[in-house]
Amino acid sequence: MPEPSRAETLLPLADDELIVGWRNSEWTGIAPFLEEDVAFSSIAQNEIGHARALYELVAEELGTTADELAYDRAPGDYRCAPLVQLRRMDWAATIARHVLYETADAIRIEALSSSADPAVAGIAARIDREEVYHRMHAEMWLSRLQASDEGRARLDAALDELWPYGLGVLDAEQRPELHGRLEERLSRALPDAAPVERGSHEPELADLLGEMTIVRRSAPAGARW
Amino acid sequence: MTPAAVWEALGRIPDPEIPVISLVDLGVVTAVDVDHETARIELTPTFLGCPALEAMTDAIRESVAALGGEADVRVRTDLEWTTDRITPEGREKLRAAGFAPPSPRSGEAPTLLQLERGPFRCPWCGSIDTKLENVFGPTPCRSLRYCNACRQPFEQFKTI
Repeated sequence: MPEPSRAETLLPLADDELIVGWRNSEWTGIAPFLEEDVAFSSIAQNEIGHARALYELVAEELGTTADELAYDRAPGDYRCAPLVQLRRMDWAATIARHVLYETADAIRIEALSSSADPAVAGIAARIDREEVYHRMHAEMWLSRLQASDEGRARLDAALDELWPYGLGVLDAEQRPELHGRLEERLSRALPDAAPVERGSHEPELADLLGEMTIVRRSAPAGARW
Repeated sequence: MTPAAVWEALGRIPDPEIPVISLVDLGVVTAVDVDHETARIELTPTFLGCPALEAMTDAIRESVAALGGEADVRVRTDLEWTTDRITPEGREKLRAAGFAPPSPRSGEAPTLLQLERGPFRCPWCGSIDTKLENVFGPTPCRSLRYCNACRQPFEQFKTI
């Protein structure tokens, strides 16, 4: 069987990183406190940086550019998981998504680090070393929310809603690993839910893309500041 | 134009975010190769999300142009940059400017427990009685700590 193309392997990942970065950046200026504002904005910036590096690899193969891949596709062509498309401006839901996403992301990045394509393996190893700090951040917030009854209740409610979306980030064979890691870390059971699969598009994705591409669409020749 | 002249010129370009150290001190210039009037320069960014990359590339082009040559800058995202690439001079310049240099990388990935419990030294007073305030500082490559001895906050470079 031939190796899947870079686009096949990396576009879903790049789209996830771009869109989760964008969603995280929606907290810039309104996170629960100033240090968190800085931290979550840094994570957002880092995710978008990962998206750019991945798009560049795919663009080389497809003969296009990272910007065209990031901004010029039709909404239905984005391959991002529904988990990152959701807009939930509630901090407990944001942390629940952060934990689900970072745990799932670690699993697929570990797998990509042993890719036969040295460029893919190299970038995956770099991303993994940076994501260590995203996982630490998620870890700190989990402990913080779990430390109070209200925090735990709100986190659990958000996890109940988002868990099927979390499963949808990964390919089927990687899902049992996600289930195991999360149950161990969260000290709670997660049901055998039907995953919300990649390929479906939540209504709020179109709004996000509209906002994200407005400058590019209004200045097709390229904006200059 | 010789490779030594190019290295020397690049050693005078300040890092766009932390101008106390140069691009060479930071260890992001990973190769220089000169062929007549063209300098082929490999740049290996620190964090992939680093927004300073374009500013660095522009500064390198200007600097080589000032030597009468042309820079062909290649950004390598497949190569490993680790904080161990910061030169000893670079680490000392960081410390003198109030940034705690990164600890050396060990075999294992750093953990939250190490950041919370490890002996991180205050760049102002030298005490190790410091605590983690925030995993992320003003840029992804730094975290925020607070020194209980001199009661000053400071920025700690992350080990990657």
